[in-house]
Amino acid sequence: MITRQDVEHVARLARLELGDAEIERMREQLNAILGYIDKLRELDVTNVEPTSHAVPLVNVMREDEVVPCLSQDQMLANAPDRVGELFRVPRIIED
Amino acid sequence: MTERTIHALGEAYRRGDTTPTAVTEAYLARIEKFDGHVGAYLTVTREPALRAAAAADARHRARAPLGPLDGVPIALKDVLCTKGIRTTCGSKILESFVPPYDATVVARLAAAGAVVLGKTNMDEFAMGSSTEHSAFKPTRNPWDLARVPGGSSGGSAVAVAAHLAAGAFGTDTGGSIRQPAAFCGTVGLKPTYGRVSRYGLVAFASSLDQIGPFAKNVRDAALLLQAIAGHDPHDATSVAAPVPDYAAALDGRVHGLRAGIPREYFAEGVDPEIARAVRAAIETLRGLGVATEEVSLPTTGYALAAYYLIAPAEASSNLARYDGVKYGLRVPGGKDLIEMSSRTRAAGFGAEVKRRVMLGTYALSAGYSEAYYGRAQKVRTLVRRDFETAFARVDLLLAPTTPNVAFKHGEKEDPLAMYLNDALTIPVNLAGLPGLSVRCGFTAAGLPIGLQLIGKPFDEATLLRVADAYERATTWLAREPALP
Amino acid sequence: MSTLTKTGWDVVIGLEVHAQLLTRSKMFCGCPTAFGARPNSQTCPVCQGMPGVLPVVNRRAIEFGIKTALAFTCRINPACRFARKHYYYPDMPKNFQISQYEEPLAEDGALEIDVDGASRAIGIQRLHLEEDVGKLLHEGTLETAQASLVDYNRSGVPLMETVSRPDLRSPEEAAAYLRAFRAVLVYLGVCDGNMEEGSLRCDANVSLRPRGATELGTKVEIKNMNSFRNVKLALEFEVKRQRQALAAGERIVQETRLWDADRGYTRAMRSKEYAHDYRYFPEPDLVPLEIERAWVDAIRAALPELPRQRRERFVRQYGLPPYDAGVLTQSRALAEYYEAAVREFRQPKIVSNWIMSELLRELPGDDERAIERAPVPPANLAGLLRLIEDGTISGKIAKDVFQKMVGSGEDARTIVAREGLTQVADEGALAAVIDQVLAQNPKAVEDYKGGKTAAKGALVGQVMKATRGKANPAIVNRLLEEKLSKI
Ligand SMILES: [Mg+2]
Ligand SMILES: [Zn+2]
Repeated sequence: MITRQDVEHVARLARLELGDAEIERMREQLNAILGYIDKLRELDVTNVEPTSHAVPLVNVMREDEVVPCLSQDQMLANAPDRVGELFRVPRIIED
Repeated sequence: MTERTIHALGEAYRRGDTTPTAVTEAYLARIEKFDGHVGAYLTVTREPALRAAAAADARHRARAPLGPLDGVPIALKDVLCTKGIRTTCGSKILESFVPPYDATVVARLAAAGAVVLGKTNMDEFAMGSSTEHSAFKPTRNPWDLARVPGGSSGGSAVAVAAHLAAGAFGTDTGGSIRQPAAFCGTVGLKPTYGRVSRYGLVAFASSLDQIGPFAKNVRDAALLLQAIAGHDPHDATSVAAPVPDYAAALDGRVHGLRAGIPREYFAEGVDPEIARAVRAAIETLRGLGVATEEVSLPTTGYALAAYYLIAPAEASSNLARYDGVKYGLRVPGGKDLIEMSSRTRAAGFGAEVKRRVMLGTYALSAGYSEAYYGRAQKVRTLVRRDFETAFARVDLLLAPTTPNVAFKHGEKEDPLAMYLNDALTIPVNLAGLPGLSVRCGFTAAGLPIGLQLIGKPFDEATLLRVADAYERATTWLAREPALP
Repeated sequence: MSTLTKTGWDVVIGLEVHAQLLTRSKMFCGCPTAFGARPNSQTCPVCQGMPGVLPVVNRRAIEFGIKTALAFTCRINPACRFARKHYYYPDMPKNFQISQYEEPLAEDGALEIDVDGASRAIGIQRLHLEEDVGKLLHEGTLETAQASLVDYNRSGVPLMETVSRPDLRSPEEAAAYLRAFRAVLVYLGVCDGNMEEGSLRCDANVSLRPRGATELGTKVEIKNMNSFRNVKLALEFEVKRQRQALAAGERIVQETRLWDADRGYTRAMRSKEYAHDYRYFPEPDLVPLEIERAWVDAIRAALPELPRQRRERFVRQYGLPPYDAGVLTQSRALAEYYEAAVREFRQPKIVSNWIMSELLRELPGDDERAIERAPVPPANLAGLLRLIEDGTISGKIAKDVFQKMVGSGEDARTIVAREGLTQVADEGALAAVIDQVLAQNPKAVEDYKGGKTAAKGALVGQVMKATRGKANPAIVNRLLEEKLSKI
């Protein structure tokens, strides 16, 4: 069972500001979904290897070659806030 | 003009009956007239489309077209990055995002001469099965505007079904091409994982996502797949296997093929009208010489649960980058960076995205990762093994695409009810297999029904061959949705 | 506990070193890795974590990892993979770092270090590859800045993280480990070893435990020590801090502390972040690596001579004392300088003396770059030593000439010729000077005759003075004796 505190903790990990009502709704919905997901426990997965890739590829690498970068203008064009050549972000540590 | 298939357009261009510009203008006019009713497009790229069409005109005049897609107007799901054209993923958080690069698929389509009409609507970040979860507007099913077109690639499905594009591309993570194709009565193909480059596809669940075409018929789907398939050095998960000539595979020779009918795909929950139509389609194929046998995929009933851990887990990671720092939305005024990012994400993401980010973060978090994410990846192995066992005996599987037909807007408010919609498409994504949905009838209420063909890895050709043979043996394509 | 004396505690230190690999392009994209470019001028959608991008592994980075793992005698895992490590920080564009977690490239190696003449093997727990983050510039300090600025040029540069076992027993040992570690990387050519530019970054875990105990005490992580000197100072400070705290009966808090080099202390990092929960999972955009034997064998076969082997060879081949060999092989560039000079002037110990006493004193540092840019190239040093050997100049004059060589970059012969520093070895000319000196110093001559042999030294000094130091001392001595014996 997911508690309100769990929801708040996960929301912090996920950088999501949730309102009071939202936390409650989220708690109910996550519990319903996880309740359904619980059926996975019915399966015996001992000695079953996990699958993290759908295709059995290995050793895909590129050579160490320099490719032209995009221009500063292109790379900064989407910045919500910038100072000259740099992205600007609000203070990192609150005092 | 807009009802012609890609194949027919190519013939017309070759004969000089019409030009890419004339066809593009016809499509733009039709979008102007009808898109207000169905809401297939988020962005219409009129000027670039006309420029591309003019260039195609010149090539056709010089009798040197780039190939079967040269001058063919298509639509792209707004999850594919287009250089200089905003790419929103149906999300507020990317409302203003203009990529400085093209997705590999987009670049390949440009190289093939395709004319991009615009970017289509979708469930936000491809999370959803109804295209109701777009931050901008819902898309409506042209067969019944009160109903959803399916999702998440609803805009692309509708663009093709309503003749607002000659072909379109979508993405399929858990059924997002096949399910809307079934709901809208188009052909929809999810290729094998690794067949098509994901570079430039804004990731939802990286190990499941795959780009594929929507088409008016199977032959067009073959042409569209041909243009995008093949290895890409920018995608380490793309496979270097040779790409066959898909159009050449449409030779009607299905006699002697063995098709498995997975028992679990007809189990309770499947609308009897759908089961009936699919069984009739199987009979048609038997009449064409396809041998059928019942097979069992015993883990089917667990695939959905595994998917709803794996996909949200990967999504929670992929969506972590939307933090108001580098691109997209920023909600200013927070006291520090954490508050800025948390508010930006709260304002920028819709309810479904938040739900999945929360679910995925929880499934990966300390103390739960092994029980949830770890177990789901093991179940994924079982799902894959089910298919391997079946494919040791048969060449393809035949099943319904969806358990139900297009539902009404607002009908599935409960997230879990919505998720259950993908129960028959999700196992295919978990196993990375190719899947195709082709129209196989209508309900009494006149809503299209989809037949799902599931193939062995990289055997899209067999799916296309069988679906094409079926399509030619039936007359379902004669029906058209009536737009107001 | 509080009654334990200062000597009642064992120091336990483990080092975590992040080394920037000397690849041309970044870990997962083709952007260049060069230092010092304009902000955000060396980025692309991949290393800026834009929507839709995918990483592709740089083969050379893996090769460098294998190379290093072999040098540290690690076990190379036949299968390894990348994983995503999640935490939010604005210098990290995707808000996850592609790193390695459960299946690192290599494990279980060792690095031998020398402390107080004895050699000790320090265990290496694991070696893995990951991507670097961008650079944050604060308007003021991190704590006081109203805003910060981000430059993503460094984002995606390949990093190799190597974690030692907690085998280090003092700040000196930690510094020795880091020096030896850097030397190996530089010899291998996988890292430039430049700590000031951040090519080599070191974090430490420090704890104390009662002498003889086997269980580890509560460890504190120290960050931000960006030079050898600072590593030593920071660790000394931290050991002292913990010792005093324990002596006062306090408990050590598990935390991360920053070394403040300007103020000379470590302080707890102020952060609202609760305990980290990195939510690792295998990177779905990259496929596993299966490190083939043949690849490893080929890399092993091409491994260069490593510092320890070179030191032993210097003792063997050049007959150098182990101390000299150790100093000369600490940096690959210095060892190469030495060997180049010895090739041209075949008296190994003399060359060694000059490098250790004169050359190193003149260099701004003993890092590779300083040596490679040394104002006196090895051929010029050898040229200078030849002038001493053939008697053209004295050893004393040679030191002045060396100073001038450092200043001007000229060779010794040019300076000696221009400034007329050649030793006067013309016996006729010297005889005349000696006659003059004897005539001007009757008292000294008398003393000498009277049995005070020391008076001869004063006379030699006068001759040298009269020739402004250029007289060949051996000839002066002989002629003087001849003349005095005739008086
Ligand atoms: Mg690290
Ligand atoms: Zn880059």
